[in-house]
Amino acid sequence: MSKKITPEATSRRNFLKKFGISVGGATAVSGLGLLSSCVSDDEEKVPMLTTDGKVINGDKSKLKLNLNEMQIRSREGLSGKKFVMVIDLAKCKNARKCMSACQGAHHLKPEQHHINVLQTENAEGTGFYYQPKPCMHCDNPPCTKVCPVDATFKRKDGIVLIDNERCIGCRFCIAACPYSARVFNWSEPKYYEGDANAVYDMELNVPQKKGTVSKCLFSADRLRIGKLPYCVSACPNGTYWFGDANEDAVTNGTSKETVRLSSLLSDNGAYTLLPELGTKPSVYYLPPKDRMFEYKEGELNYLGEEEPKGHHS
Amino acid sequence: MSENKKQSDEAIMLKIREDLLTPMTKFPLSYKIWIGSLLTIIAVAIWGYTIQLQNGLGETGMRDYVSWGVYIASFVFFVATALVGMLISAVVGLVGQKWITPISRIAEMIALAFAMVAGIAIVADMGRPDRILNLLFHGRFQSPIIWDVTVVNLYIFISILLLFLPLLPDLGIIRNHMKKDLPKWQWNMYNILSLGWVGTPGQYKILHSTLRVLLILIVPVAMALHTVTSWLSALTLRAGWDSTIFGPYYVTGAFVAGAGAVLVAMYFIRKAYRLEDYITDFHFDKMGKLMVLVGLVYLYFNINEFLVPGYKMKAADADHIFTLFSLNGEYGVMFWLTQTFGLLLPITLGLFKPFRKPFPMMLIGLAIVIGAWFKRVIIIVPTMIHAYLPIQNVPESFHHYTPTGLEITVTLGIVAMAVLIISILVKLFPVISLWEIAEEKGVDIHKDL
Repeated sequence: MSKKITPEATSRRNFLKKFGISVGGATAVSGLGLLSSCVSDDEEKVPMLTTDGKVINGDKSKLKLNLNEMQIRSREGLSGKKFVMVIDLAKCKNARKCMSACQGAHHLKPEQHHINVLQTENAEGTGFYYQPKPCMHCDNPPCTKVCPVDATFKRKDGIVLIDNERCIGCRFCIAACPYSARVFNWSEPKYYEGDANAVYDMELNVPQKKGTVSKCLFSADRLRIGKLPYCVSACPNGTYWFGDANEDAVTNGTSKETVRLSSLLSDNGAYTLLPELGTKPSVYYLPPKDRMFEYKEGELNYLGEEEPKGHHS
Repeated sequence: MSENKKQSDEAIMLKIREDLLTPMTKFPLSYKIWIGSLLTIIAVAIWGYTIQLQNGLGETGMRDYVSWGVYIASFVFFVATALVGMLISAVVGLVGQKWITPISRIAEMIALAFAMVAGIAIVADMGRPDRILNLLFHGRFQSPIIWDVTVVNLYIFISILLLFLPLLPDLGIIRNHMKKDLPKWQWNMYNILSLGWVGTPGQYKILHSTLRVLLILIVPVAMALHTVTSWLSALTLRAGWDSTIFGPYYVTGAFVAGAGAVLVAMYFIRKAYRLEDYITDFHFDKMGKLMVLVGLVYLYFNINEFLVPGYKMKAADADHIFTLFSLNGEYGVMFWLTQTFGLLLPITLGLFKPFRKPFPMMLIGLAIVIGAWFKRVIIIVPTMIHAYLPIQNVPESFHHYTPTGLEITVTLGIVAMAVLIISILVKLFPVISLWEIAEEKGVDIHKDL
């Protein structure tokens, strides 16, 4: 993809890199400069008492927040952002590192997918390819429209979240989503150590709760600290680009290369899924042309247990 | 008033009271067994529900793709059947049909019972029923669920009024004549409920005009109720639900289901209470014709609902149509059995007079009611099997839907609750309006009967 980037975009990329490194260093946040720079811009400083009795001005994000503060923060989202994902179908090898990273981060069971790598074909005889499918974080989301209690909602930065402290489990959003992006906790969720005492983080949707809906969050918790989403960082094949449409920049999760979003989309004839439904997704696909990996049949099967544990306990 | 007229009026009233009030004072063994069986079913269902509450909705056959099953289908069925109160009393009554007098109260009782249990079916389907009050605290009026909750409650409220207000003169009669036939608490209850009814012309005038307003009011409310219920599906983008005629499709289907339920109830109530003089072959004949009429209208909507997408065969619609129409499709057999026994045969047989006799009408009504339940399953479930994107990387059980025993038990329990409510109502209150029958027979009712 990099060979197609215009000189203009390259210079912008370098600028962003420099800017990111400088601010990133100052806030001691590792990872993607582009995102961290913007987050630290509106980072509030609050007085804190250190263990040796000194009062310092620390980042507010270092404070342990209570549930209510977390909920308010999570519902608001990050100012000035419009997060987008670009998935390069030519690069996906079905490594499924994205799926396992996601399931680990969000404490999901093997059959629960916030992101699912599908094996699909556009029309008969046009060739199969692997298609990672997260939530599309639609700008006209059919799911949030139907929620009776405002448990699922769209934030100002474009992310569609679910509040499992409020969800009543009617599953109307599951029925409404044409991308089958949502999962439900049909039985006791998979609990990890520490879940019992953890404060619920809506941006991570952990701990999961029985009887509530769960979904892809674009790793909102990682974005808050200036990191790329779990799936994007985990990909070994350079499939994912992630970034901010307002900045017109996306960064590759594998190579960490940053490019201009508009050029990446227009140069490659990008498309969105089921555009005819008018959902306006925030996830773009680059066509599976010149695929880097051969499609192998027979990897379709579900690898977990046939009847997931806990359904009949 | 002549002395003769007064005497004949009193003779008529005596017979009406004898015929219609006597069943209320008797509790035969068969009734006790009937109530006992219903309570047993309900108790087993409650036990099943506690298991579901403990372990989660994983106890049902629902999974991430088919995420609505028989609970939601039953909810739609209950709401549909509840619409019969509006059909009989309001639609047929307001156009001046007199034959509904002895069955309108039965229809109202069915309507109230089924509207009340519809809410229970929704609670059974909720993942977090403990958070039901979030609907009040955080309700979003943009969600069709809020519209449904609002309009269901409004419908229940009007249905209670439509059942209770015409009872007032009857309660007055019971208060005046039944003091020695009833236990003290029961007579006291009727005494209080009669609200001091004495039957002056002024009271009747208020009653008639109030009923007229309510009967007109319940038409749009009932239409809204079932239209909004259809929108729970039709407002999504899914093939099979994404239809502009879902509102009228549901409403007309509801009339068929309700007509079937009334036919069954008429038959058994008439038999148990020996009401052959009141609910006659004539009434079954009329109800049969009404059933054929609403059946034909529903058939018309069925043809539109399936043949229009079936002709175009858009990809997602084609999958859906194949599932239903082909006997090899996952729901093909259920679809054709339901359409045949739940709609086509009832319409066809109902055209012929010999089938509009009480017994065949009861059987046809039963087939309609059972078919109506399966039809709701067919409307809800197959659509969810066909997601737009492939269903992959999930266990085999996620691809299909088979309700579990627990799910069926809970569903049966809710049905039993509806039947129990009806059984109690028909025991506590006269199933046929005494004063309306008296009025029809020319008795001067403008006095304390």
